[in-house]
Amino acid sequence: MTINPSAGRWTGRSVPRVEDAALLSGRARFVDDLPTAAGTLYAAIVRSPHGHADIRSIDVADAMKSAGVAAVVTGDDIRRLTRSMTVGVKADVECWPIATDRVRYVGEPVAVVVAADRYLAEDAAEKVAVDYAVLPAVVEPVAALSGDAPVLHPSLGGNLINERRFSYGDPDGAFASAAHRIGIDVTYPRNSCTPIETYGVVASYDPGEDAYDILANFQGPFSIHAVVARALNVPGNRMRLRTPPSSGGSYGIKQGVFPYMILMGVAARIAGRPVKWIEDRLEHLAASVSATNRVTRLEAAVEPDGRITALSWDQIEDCGAHLRAPEPATLYRMHGNMTGAYAIDNLAIRNRVVLTNKTPTGLNRGFGGPQIYFPLERLMQRIARELGLDPLAVIRRNLVPAGSFPYRTASGALLDSGDYQAALDRAVEEGGLDELTRRRDEARAEGRLYGIGLAAVVEPSVSNMGYITTVLTPGQRANAGPKNGAQATATIAIDPLGAVSVKVASVPQGQGHRTVLSQVVADGLGLDPAAIAVVADVDTGRDAWSIASGNYSSRFAPAVAGAAKLAADRLRAKLAEVAAGQLNVAAADVDFSGGRALSRSNPDNSVSFARVAAAAHWAPGTLPGSVDQTIRETVFWTPEQLDAPNAEDEVNSSLCHGFIFDFCGVEIDRRTGEVRIDRYVTMHDCGTILHPAMVDGQVRGGFAQALGAALLEEFAYGADGSFRSGTLADYLIPTVMEVPDPVILHYESPSPFTPLGAKGVGEGNCMSTPACIANAVADAIGADDLVLPLSPSRIAGLLAGEEPQPKVTPKPAEKAAPGGGRKLTGEGSADVAASREDVWRMLLDPATLSAIIPGSHGVEKVSDTRFTADVTLGVGPVKGRYKADIELSDLDEPNGVTLTGRTVGALGSGEGSGRVTLEDLGGGRTRIAYSYEAAIGGKVASVGGRLLDGAARVVIGQFFKALATHAGGGRAGAGNMPGAGLFARLRALIGGGR
Amino acid sequence: MKPAPFDFVRADSLGEALEALHEAGDEARVIAGGQSLVPMLNMRLARPSVLVDVMRIRELCRIEERKGQIVVGAAVKQVELERWSPLAALLPLVASALPWVGHAQTRSRGTVCGSLAHADPSAELPLALLALGGEVHLRNRRKKRVLPASAFFMGMMATAVEPGEMIEAVAFPSHPMGTGTAFNEVARRHGDFAIVACAAIARADGTNRLAVGGVADTPQAIELPDPADDGFEDALNEFAWSLGARDDLHASARYRRDLVRSLGRQTVEEAIAWRS
Amino acid sequence: MAKLSREASHEVRFRLNGRNVTAQAPARMLLTDLLRHVLGETGTHVGCEHGVCGACTVQLDGEPVRACLMLAAQAEGADIRTVEGLELAPGALSPLQAAFREHFALQCGFCTAGILMSLDALLERAPDASEETIREHLSGHLCRCTGYTPIVKAALAAQAQLKEEAANA
Repeated sequence: MTINPSAGRWTGRSVPRVEDAALLSGRARFVDDLPTAAGTLYAAIVRSPHGHADIRSIDVADAMKSAGVAAVVTGDDIRRLTRSMTVGVKADVECWPIATDRVRYVGEPVAVVVAADRYLAEDAAEKVAVDYAVLPAVVEPVAALSGDAPVLHPSLGGNLINERRFSYGDPDGAFASAAHRIGIDVTYPRNSCTPIETYGVVASYDPGEDAYDILANFQGPFSIHAVVARALNVPGNRMRLRTPPSSGGSYGIKQGVFPYMILMGVAARIAGRPVKWIEDRLEHLAASVSATNRVTRLEAAVEPDGRITALSWDQIEDCGAHLRAPEPATLYRMHGNMTGAYAIDNLAIRNRVVLTNKTPTGLNRGFGGPQIYFPLERLMQRIARELGLDPLAVIRRNLVPAGSFPYRTASGALLDSGDYQAALDRAVEEGGLDELTRRRDEARAEGRLYGIGLAAVVEPSVSNMGYITTVLTPGQRANAGPKNGAQATATIAIDPLGAVSVKVASVPQGQGHRTVLSQVVADGLGLDPAAIAVVADVDTGRDAWSIASGNYSSRFAPAVAGAAKLAADRLRAKLAEVAAGQLNVAAADVDFSGGRALSRSNPDNSVSFARVAAAAHWAPGTLPGSVDQTIRETVFWTPEQLDAPNAEDEVNSSLCHGFIFDFCGVEIDRRTGEVRIDRYVTMHDCGTILHPAMVDGQVRGGFAQALGAALLEEFAYGADGSFRSGTLADYLIPTVMEVPDPVILHYESPSPFTPLGAKGVGEGNCMSTPACIANAVADAIGADDLVLPLSPSRIAGLLAGEEPQPKVTPKPAEKAAPGGGRKLTGEGSADVAASREDVWRMLLDPATLSAIIPGSHGVEKVSDTRFTADVTLGVGPVKGRYKADIELSDLDEPNGVTLTGRTVGALGSGEGSGRVTLEDLGGGRTRIAYSYEAAIGGKVASVGGRLLDGAARVVIGQFFKALATHAGGGRAGAGNMPGAGLFARLRALIGGGR
Repeated sequence: MKPAPFDFVRADSLGEALEALHEAGDEARVIAGGQSLVPMLNMRLARPSVLVDVMRIRELCRIEERKGQIVVGAAVKQVELERWSPLAALLPLVASALPWVGHAQTRSRGTVCGSLAHADPSAELPLALLALGGEVHLRNRRKKRVLPASAFFMGMMATAVEPGEMIEAVAFPSHPMGTGTAFNEVARRHGDFAIVACAAIARADGTNRLAVGGVADTPQAIELPDPADDGFEDALNEFAWSLGARDDLHASARYRRDLVRSLGRQTVEEAIAWRS
Repeated sequence: MAKLSREASHEVRFRLNGRNVTAQAPARMLLTDLLRHVLGETGTHVGCEHGVCGACTVQLDGEPVRACLMLAAQAEGADIRTVEGLELAPGALSPLQAAFREHFALQCGFCTAGILMSLDALLERAPDASEETIREHLSGHLCRCTGYTPIVKAALAAQAQLKEEAANA
């Protein structure tokens, strides 16, 4: 495809991407595609099946004997060879990349097995024997704050790791004098943007130099390089970090690979060979990184016309089991724009950060935005409803006024540019809001459920490196020294043939950085983009980089491409002086165009770009005295607007602030609760657009992920900390069938603070879309409290009336598990041809138990009331070998006994308690009745959640079935059904089915 | 996520396969398309010591019409049945259920019989087989037996297949004149396992059969009167309650019962509409 | 009958992108690992290893299949095509590949190989496939970057181009 540069500029046009030819033909190189050094070993990680447990012991002897194994690394090794990772708040807590004495979330690494290949490593990983003492878990942030909650880190004394209160303006006064105080409570769930490529690390260690060389599909170096080098106890120049040329998506998530850099670095050191680890999908879902879940109370002081005079935030941020760098950044990235797109002078914020038995959190597209804009934009709708106003009018009334930019928000952000009213008006008109309103009227007239939602947000980009220090008190900050800025770097090099190369430390993950940089530099030097080679992956051993380098906070277009422009400008100015000498004209008369340097006043007087450009190589003596060289130009750029937080805790948390206004119409199927998006309109002002197709691509991609967050995706946990979204059949990523095509509109207000006028654009819809869809659903069904994801079942639950009751069928006992957690319950009975006394004896006799427990490899009596059993349990082809501890209590001979069991094995762990009662039926027959409550964790719970209830019924039923058989056959005993499947036997046992 | 070790037997004839299954007994597993089994192997949830590949056995690759039945061999892929030209006329219910089975990229490899052998409670093909009252042909090295669907599915992922035995074929009764069928499903996403799936048959004599998957541990069926009859609503409601729906990650028990009532009615009505 | 014991590696022979290949694989090795790490054809990507994401989709005897749900041993005698076999000549994109570039139907490109193999098989077998059918086939793939719309557009554009080429042939 050929593009004719009619306007003479490449930037701003949708040129084909230079990345694509390789990606489309299988030639691109992702981390798992690169050649490895001879002798490279492969790692598999043993992970915790428990949400919370002390590690009593780890026995690696069998694993070490397993075929092909070179090393097994445990927490003890990591403690010995590294230091705790830096924690971003002042707190007495350690943070390790592997469990040392306690596991705090399902999936936490416990041991790293290094072997000749991944298959052998997984074989050996199964043989690592970990003895856990299970502890009570806490998974809900509010519960974690309660005085009797299990404490994850005893050194902290509780689960609250940081609390700060902020006040800007006079919020108390504003609330006191306001006509209305309107609030909303929001529980925002856990999700992640889940790249399709998982983490990958290849590490090696040179003992001679005490140096690590680590290849990872990380997205920095950014501040994390320092964290990793410190943890590995080497200076930064002995922690060489490289990234592959291609990365299979990140959306922030790949930041979370860094603990594995430490683990694999140490594994390579211990094994004495390079070690490669490619995360698998189960590991990724359970234990990579998630966005934070948050519980928020947001209140507004509102005048009768809908004008908001103050906001008060109370946020409880759940960062999971460890506060891993850069957290609690999710909570503070938005600190400057906690008033959203609105002019609100008075602001109160209370921020609490808590730890729970869930995966540690980290970067995720939208980073902090979804968690604040969901409550804020839901509140805007509620204000309109409570005051009987049009939601659009409430938004309009509060928007930051046009003409007031740059606008300083209450908490210190400097909104760089925009005309929010104009953008909103254009969206309303071009997006057809009136038409949607008509459709809503028609639908409602027909009794259908149709709603319209709105959302207005500002999208911050180019993070201030200092924003995270807002979590410290001004005093703590003063001690630590100021942190601020956002250093971006770009290097342009010219080779002896005059060919131009660009190098940035930006680590693209699909955003087309190489294409845009070739456009920007082509414009600067009057070349064709195809003539420019761009390298964007990172090598900290060779590149120009800073602590801010990397691909995050949507900083590429505003910061990195801007730095490249400045480098091109600087080089152009020097080349103009060189060309001036060659053309015998003044430097100001030199232009660069079409691959030539030419005189503006006499275009026929020209020389090839290569000849000018190569002069510094071939004949440096011919350069004018004012020009040192034209071989390599490196620009470092940091915006002056990004100051450190001040003594009043005001912070310009980001350099750029785009504006987004979204609206949508949705229809809800009254019967199934399914949401159909009729039309979704999204208006973006991201400043100057460098590549329209890529900008729209970012908008569509973010929208699709946000749609997933709104309707489908959730990392769900049981109350015991078990993880329930362990496969891509449980964690539901939208497919082409679920994602509509949004109407994308643009309004361009160039940023005065960036070299190209561009702002970030990639994250906005992750901030606006969940709230917009929820507002539409709320409008459609008239519901106030909505919790994401808005599954059909949840929506149907809000719509449901009285349920028709059964007349004949017994109703199942529905016990809601505490905290929405996952408890399996069941009951059954069997009639056996044996007396109560005989049955009682069997229940207490290990020899009988061993004979009747299906798949038993032996039962040992530990005491009169304690047994241990080694059993193979399974359903269908799913089988696992477990060690079980069984304890008898509440013995009431021969009437009843309570059995409490705990099992652990390769497939996970189970814990349950059942009451068995024996009823004399006369004639030497006994009815055994049982009811149980069980919890299952580990791999089976994570990946087989959909099937667990049935599986548990089968497994627990096996025992009683066997008991009945042993006791002389049940009423429709298994003896009558030779060869029948397990479940049929169970069904027979519990009375012919449900 | 790599399978635990196993021996792999590539059988070229049914006799070889049955002999290999006999030898390995309880530790053997048949692998056909592998679309249900291989994920479990990769996750090490399943760890058979021997896999017996039956995909090259010619006699298992056939779709045949015999005595009013459509007999589908164990190596017939779902896509092959989907593209079998008489399907829509002879097995309209299966024709409408098949597009709901996984995705094109799994139907291209997954077999009809493999889905039955896996016996996932939410799967579409077991539901269709039960709705139609089909049969499963089982065989070990010594004998054959034929089980009705109702006896074949014994529970969640549990079937009547015994050690040493394999599914040779499945037989669907072909569509009688004057009968209408319909299939509906609600899932979280396109291609997901059903939250509730309904298959209905409206017979020429005015009786109806509704089968429901995704709720109980196996698909379950009920005979229903005409939806206009007084007893219909109550019977369907009792059926909905009898399935023992439970809450899970994706849907509440109540939601499932609601769908059995609403989708069940709709499916029966659609089947009746197709009858005429 | 062939019995492949767990202890040893075994020879597997099949056609790959029009060439005969012979490789050694343990009985339990997945086809993805054979293609990528034994044969070095790394264009086929691995995203989930449980058959949901579709990144590893290859063509087996002309049909799109999940390479992560196939054992290498099951490929014996098969005709397999991967993304490396799509270009008309080195550096010359096929109409489908070119349409993806033109419509910005990829960003990170990790899921793309699988999507191309599905669409290529569909357009070969059903040149007149409706947009609905194209979407049905795409629903077996997860893409996190694009929001899918450009992929559908690229598929439709490639279909039109291929039909035009067929009409002119």
